[in-house]
Amino acid sequence: MIDRERPVSEDELNAYVDGELPADRREAVAAWLADHPEDAATVAAYQAQAESIRARFGAVADEPVPERLKLDRLLRGGGNIGRRWAAMAAAAVIAFAIGGRAGWFAHGAATVNASGFDTFTAEALDAYKLYVVEVRHPVEVPGSERAHMTQWLSKRLGYAQHIPDLESLGLKLVGGRLLPGPTGAAAFYMYEGPSGERYTIYCAKAGAPETALRYKGGERYSAFYWVDDKRAYVVSGPAERDQLEKVAKSIYEQVDKSATRKS
Amino acid sequence: MATFRQGIEAAIPALRRYARALTRNADSADDLVQDTLVRALRSEHLFHGGEIRSWLYTILSNLNRNRLRSLARRPVLSSLEDDDAPDLAGPEAGGRDIERALATLAEEQRDALLLVVLEGLSYREVADVQGVPIGTVMSRLARARVQIKSYLDGERPALRRVK
Repeated sequence: MIDRERPVSEDELNAYVDGELPADRREAVAAWLADHPEDAATVAAYQAQAESIRARFGAVADEPVPERLKLDRLLRGGGNIGRRWAAMAAAAVIAFAIGGRAGWFAHGAATVNASGFDTFTAEALDAYKLYVVEVRHPVEVPGSERAHMTQWLSKRLGYAQHIPDLESLGLKLVGGRLLPGPTGAAAFYMYEGPSGERYTIYCAKAGAPETALRYKGGERYSAFYWVDDKRAYVVSGPAERDQLEKVAKSIYEQVDKSATRKS
Repeated sequence: MATFRQGIEAAIPALRRYARALTRNADSADDLVQDTLVRALRSEHLFHGGEIRSWLYTILSNLNRNRLRSLARRPVLSSLEDDDAPDLAGPEAGGRDIERALATLAEEQRDALLLVVLEGLSYREVADVQGVPIGTVMSRLARARVQIKSYLDGERPALRRVK
């Protein structure tokens, strides 16, 4: 029995569009729509919405699955697992908690090469301390010559450099220089904030393929260290951890993005 | 557990589709799917039967919520979300409209609508994914559709259907 008189609710119009009505109500709603052009227009609009959504995104499911989403690769634990910042940051928090109040936190995830961590961060912090106080010659190549510097340091280090843009955090690229590092040539980039605070990136070849994120906090300066794709990065700056983490995260994402694009 | 992994594997294309519609950005979408898969593989011991697909949609929706929160805390980064594709005229313009309309929805309304119309889940399944009663799913859907309709009617008067 079709109840033509019972008014159709908003929920029923939706359920009609989605095929969620029991057969008898479905017929009743169809009959109702025949007599109520306004509701019929609403149903047509909802169906058109659904069609646009399917037209816009439906084909994504037919695309080949990218390599980085293949389960074999994810299960091997290689590839991108652990590369994501959130996971790394979580690991850093753990390392921090275990490490205690001061000192180097080399007790985190098991994959970390502790000596690499010590050597690299020591080198990077030495360079940081040496050059951030330099007023006239903090860098060899000024930030205005970014393209030239990228080319030069890529050549000297033997792999493509991507010099992050930190303008969105209010940091201008002062410039960069080439340094001797524990594993050969290292690139060193300096950025400066509005009140003269300086941050540096130290980048060199690493022994381990990748590590969790590490943090060292000192009284006047602090550093984040990680290895990604066999390259070690040490981001150093003033002691304020939250700000340094923002800077390090932005650098991580930009470096990660440029690496993903290439592979 | 081969069947567990096969279940996950079979769902990847649909997860990518859902994530693309949620984020409207190919890179962010695949990041989200990757995080979902990693989480699912790690949580195999937590999965006690049932619909693997629904469980994966739940994980993905939750991770997306975290992503949106962290984007909201860092407004600077959110601009990255908008640089996906250039604006196009012609048939593509309709697709851009629906994207913009989706962007105006409250998160749980967008999730519910996409799960139903794009992923083909039943109201019951969406209720499971979202952990709410079916009635809540229905009101989310209704509000989502009203909102999209008024967005499209209001923002694009030229395309309004006269009939």
